[in-house]
Amino acid sequence: MAQDLAHDTHDTHDDHNHAPTGIKRWLFSTNHKDIGTMYLVFSLIMFFIGGAMAMVIRAELFKPGLQIVDPERFNQMTTMHALVMIFGAVMPSFVGLANWMVPLQIGAPDMALPRMNNLSFWILPFAFTILLSTLLMPGGAPAAGWTMYPPLVLQSGDSMPMLIFAVHLMGASSIMGAINIVVTIMNMRAPGMNLLKMPLFCWSWLITAYLLIAVMPVLAGAVTMLLTDHFFGTSFFNPAGGGDPLMFEHVFWFFGHPEVYIMILPAFGIISEILPTFSRKPLFGATSMIYAIASIAFLSFIVWGHHMFVDGMPMAAQLFFMMSTMLIAVPTGVKVFNWTATMWRGSLSFEPPMLFALAFLFLFSIGGFSGLMLALTPVDFQYNNTYFVVAHFHYVLVPGAIFAVMAAVYYWLPKWTGHMYNMTLAKTHFWCSAIFVNVLFFPQHFLGLAGMPRRIPDYAVQFTDWNMVSSIGGFAFGASQLLFVILIVQCVRGGQKATAAVWDGAMPTGLEWTLPSPPPFHTFTVAPEIK
Amino acid sequence: MSAPASDVPRPRGLLPGPFRARQAAVALAAFLLSAAAVANTSNGYNLPVGVTQMSRDIYDLHMEAFWICVVIAIVVFGAMIYSLVKFRASQGAVPDTTMLHSTKVEIIWTIVPVVILVVMAIPAAELILKMEDMRNSDLSIRVTGYQWKWEYQYMDAGAGIDFFSTLKQDSNFARELHSGIDPNTVPNYLLDVDHPLVVPSGTKVRIILTSADVIHAWYVPDFALKRSAVPGFINELWFKVDPGKEGIYRGQCAALCGRDHGFMPVVVDVRTPDDFKKWVEEQKAQIKQAAAPATDAPRSAQALN
Repeated sequence: MAQDLAHDTHDTHDDHNHAPTGIKRWLFSTNHKDIGTMYLVFSLIMFFIGGAMAMVIRAELFKPGLQIVDPERFNQMTTMHALVMIFGAVMPSFVGLANWMVPLQIGAPDMALPRMNNLSFWILPFAFTILLSTLLMPGGAPAAGWTMYPPLVLQSGDSMPMLIFAVHLMGASSIMGAINIVVTIMNMRAPGMNLLKMPLFCWSWLITAYLLIAVMPVLAGAVTMLLTDHFFGTSFFNPAGGGDPLMFEHVFWFFGHPEVYIMILPAFGIISEILPTFSRKPLFGATSMIYAIASIAFLSFIVWGHHMFVDGMPMAAQLFFMMSTMLIAVPTGVKVFNWTATMWRGSLSFEPPMLFALAFLFLFSIGGFSGLMLALTPVDFQYNNTYFVVAHFHYVLVPGAIFAVMAAVYYWLPKWTGHMYNMTLAKTHFWCSAIFVNVLFFPQHFLGLAGMPRRIPDYAVQFTDWNMVSSIGGFAFGASQLLFVILIVQCVRGGQKATAAVWDGAMPTGLEWTLPSPPPFHTFTVAPEIK
Repeated sequence: MSAPASDVPRPRGLLPGPFRARQAAVALAAFLLSAAAVANTSNGYNLPVGVTQMSRDIYDLHMEAFWICVVIAIVVFGAMIYSLVKFRASQGAVPDTTMLHSTKVEIIWTIVPVVILVVMAIPAAELILKMEDMRNSDLSIRVTGYQWKWEYQYMDAGAGIDFFSTLKQDSNFARELHSGIDPNTVPNYLLDVDHPLVVPSGTKVRIILTSADVIHAWYVPDFALKRSAVPGFINELWFKVDPGKEGIYRGQCAALCGRDHGFMPVVVDVRTPDDFKKWVEEQKAQIKQAAAPATDAPRSAQALN
């Protein structure tokens, strides 16, 4: 009898390990791995849609004169490129990584709120269908920039309510995702996994999740005020009715600056996982890394004014925002120094995740330097709204955030699929990306310093040469990303079997490497023991 | 640290003429060899030194920040590259797994950046104070942004002068989609207007900036001036062009303001005070002449006020 009971239990356990099949597996999924996969696939699709828009932009800017799109369509492209890349590619990719890795790293069986997890993912395809459908509407897509400044955005046609509804949906999705991560980390750590033992990736996401919960409602408020200004006769931002267009900018950037860190803090976490592994040496100053992330998160709430120096600001505010912004360089510096110290006296090898992490280290630092220069208010009057700013934030977001996501994919893909990928193809992808990203964005520093404003479809002829260089870099960078897709498809379909630790020669640490590759459908149904 | 380029007579305009592929190749090679090459040029890949004391101060601050970043980059990237070369597993490097943290080192690399930041912040703060000093201006001009043109209304000595400044016709034809006109054949493509703003050199000119519709930004790189024109708000800024630097200076709208954001240039014609006085008299005579016949319709700009 006792034996029978044991047998029954075993059977039930087996059932749980079989994923539901067909469309229902994905539509009704409450499994963190499947939802993580869906997030990652979704963000990859959005990366290519946003990338296609960037190709239109770079093609139009290849030489002076208008050749491909009219100015209105160009403005739609810049606006949609930003919205799709920020809300569709970068943010969901980090949420996807969190879904996959947070439960595996803290020894939890799943996310704390699996049904909400399902909802927070499935909102996104609808949000982006709504947003992208505006491209086909009469009057076209939103064209007032992703920053949606009134009064310009209030001149939008039918795309505006669609934009606002889509932003609300994305916000709801992000908030739910963030709540899920906070609750999971706070409540579902395996016994013995105290917060200071928790991997840096989880730490960075815990802090990011709080930022999301704090600022996404602010964005929702801002766009709702736009909606009522447009349709219900309010005058929040309409000076003719006593409103204040600058108030929108303040509210928007109170969301917008933490948003910038939402897109980079998880990247910090990823780099802090990968560098120690391939340096075969523990992360240097792990505790100060956590404090650094927390201080950056705190400072992100008090620097929003640096986006608005040229909009007119009292002198005291200019001084305050300049100094608070410069302060961010201190914790960011601590992070870069600690990463360098992690490699120091290590034993380095250069697998694809390490290559992307190293590119991150160098190129993100370049974005940091231009950020420091931009913080200086008087010089910002020259840099603001020129291509210097475009170069700055693309250095932070492309070889910063996106390279970190790619590093993470190369790091954990064998864990997810159970197959090693094609190393030669991965290294080719790396070198193409790392070279062309610089050809693409470095000349934009020169264009900006020479005085080329951003968001213009056509330019004076003296800007031709660097624009051509940048466009060529853009096309090559875009094409290189196809290698990434080929590699992922190949790896999912088969390949050399990956071991549990995957990077046997290196020093991967963390609970995820104790599981077989690929991990079973359900993991840690019994909490692991933490030494 | 300040660039010798400030002594070089700058050609009129935003930038010296279009630069050639050979120059681009040289520039690219120079940039690849060392970041320093960027610093000593102002012909297409660095900030213009400009023609006002403020623009030179801003240029100097920019270069100071740039060199500080270069030095930090050399130290930090140097340490990284050293690690990449020296501590390779393939060269048999043995990791020192006891190196977990060092409070001393961590305090040093927190304090040193703070000191560097203070060094950068002091001159920056001084410049902010100077910029915000709007006192004792000799000429005030109200600048209003429209989709997609600028209106210039003179006060003080120029009171009554009021005109719009829009993209010049030849640029306007050439910039149409599939216009078939090569922008290289259009002089000052996209950076030329029908009526430039005329100002005297050696005079503190105060700009009172606002907008009639959406947010625009008035931007002249050679004066290191950029400020948003916000409807319902007035922004003040000032500049004083060095005597002897008379000429035409070009910039553009720098805030996305709709379809033709890229096509509302800012052109400033700086003249000697005497020439400016002459120009004011001419303008006033024209206004008087235009106002004389009662049948003349009021100028649209005045009607808008």
